[in-house]
Amino acid sequence: MMEDLSNYPLELTGDNVPMVRFLKVTKRYGDLVVLDQLDLDVAEGEMVTIIGPSGSGKTTVLRMLMTLETINEGVIYVDGKPLTHMEKNGKLVPADRKYLRKARSQIGMCFQHFNLFPHMTALENCMEGPVQVLGMKKAEARERAEELLELVGMSDKRDQHPSRLSGGQQQRVAIARALAMRPKVMLFDEVTSALDPEVIGEVTNVIRSLVEKHNLTMLMVTHQMGFAKDISDRVCFFFDGKIEEQGAPEDLFGNPQKERTQQFLSAVKEAD
Amino acid sequence: MGFNWNWEFTWEILPKLMHATLNTLMAAGFGYAIAVVLGMVFALAQRTPYWVLTKVVREFIEFIRSTPLILQIFFVYYVGPQFGLKLGPWTAGMIAIGLHYSAYLSEVYRGGLDAVPKGQWEACTALNMSTRDTYWRIVIPQAIPPALAGMGNYLVGIFKDTPMLSVIGVAELMHTANAIGSSSYRYLEPYTLVGIIFLAISLPTAALIRVFEDRVRRKLGLK
Ligand SMILES: Nc1ncnc2c1ncn2[C@@H]1O[C@H](COP(=O)(O)OP(=O)(O)O)[C@@H](O)[C@H]1O
Ligand SMILES: [Mg+2]
Repeated sequence: MMEDLSNYPLELTGDNVPMVRFLKVTKRYGDLVVLDQLDLDVAEGEMVTIIGPSGSGKTTVLRMLMTLETINEGVIYVDGKPLTHMEKNGKLVPADRKYLRKARSQIGMCFQHFNLFPHMTALENCMEGPVQVLGMKKAEARERAEELLELVGMSDKRDQHPSRLSGGQQQRVAIARALAMRPKVMLFDEVTSALDPEVIGEVTNVIRSLVEKHNLTMLMVTHQMGFAKDISDRVCFFFDGKIEEQGAPEDLFGNPQKERTQQFLSAVKEAD
Repeated sequence: MGFNWNWEFTWEILPKLMHATLNTLMAAGFGYAIAVVLGMVFALAQRTPYWVLTKVVREFIEFIRSTPLILQIFFVYYVGPQFGLKLGPWTAGMIAIGLHYSAYLSEVYRGGLDAVPKGQWEACTALNMSTRDTYWRIVIPQAIPPALAGMGNYLVGIFKDTPMLSVIGVAELMHTANAIGSSSYRYLEPYTLVGIIFLAISLPTAALIRVFEDRVRRKLGLK
């Protein structure tokens, strides 16, 4: 049976169209409800951080937005247009491959395990998308890639393969690779979790500079509470597939209202 | 039985055998070229969402792997004409041996393709790459290096199986040695020479493959 989507707008209009909107989005794996009627808006240029216990659905939120997972109910909008669905005869129907390829071009993602292409150098990793997907000339793509590698402080390693780079260096290249596609929305899924403690700073500094100098919309999952507090415009605490509490970092970390939030925050503080 | 090696005879038949060696190498080369390409086609076909195609290819591979090569050679050459497929010995032989080895190579590729981590596919989606580019530029280049050892074994394998083509009259080494034997009644020299020639090609090839494998890994930054 097809889901009745007549209550969902074909596109978002008005003054305050968010860059990202999850509208009553449900995700299930079999009987397991991972996300339950999730509503979440991210404004243009906003940095929203998702925190929460393991298994609460944080990664799934990002993966659905990257179209790595399909959704079971609801609609996700990006820049006012549906991402997971497309319009057909005045109705929303699940997006087909062709529509998805267009829609997802606005989104970039960095993964916990970098996922760089091992058979390509740092520079080639950053040129691959612009050349193959955007159809850019090699010289132009190279220039862009070099600029971005400079931005993440990896210029001197541009001709190295990932196997020759440390985790922190690989993650910085991965950030440059994603940025090379000029996405409007950047997703970071625990990008420092696989790193040795002493190199975490080099990656968080790159993200920090993106927040300060670029008007990117960002959605980040992290376990680094200090970092989240520093750079987020808003923090969402996820619990059991729902947003249990959200707010400005000062409020959520300084004065959490819900018991579960308090418990989670004191538990991670102890672990630190 | 005395062991009497006739050197004069040896020198006499050597040019013939060398010429036949070229045919053997050509048969192995063509057959392998077919198998390398078709094997990849079979491996990729099994990954498409079209389950009928997947199933047909799967069964076909199973069938080829569970029947003898020599039967397949006979089949293409002698039964083919009944289906309007009249082929010369060379063409029939190349088709049979190429098909046979493509079934084995597709399994080697399959292992290599399956071993490419899920994260690589996800990175391709995140970069919005087409399925074609994803396979061609990212997945296949990473699937080949782990498949190289298996591919090399089958290159030596196909070379050693070319004598089976003699049954339909392809003038490769075995066929030539047989012809020399039956016309001169001397078998010792031609068969010994054939053995030496096979050895002289197989052994260095196997060593070269290992060097090549190492190089490719280095070149692709996988080592
Ligand atoms: N492919 C999958 N199949 C089945 N269950 C999954 C799959 N991916 C995630 N899950 C489950 O969904 C829940 C949320 O996962 P995830 O979003 O990764 O959580 P988090 O990132 O918050 O740790 C977990 O219970 C996880 O086991
Ligand atoms: Mg996670």
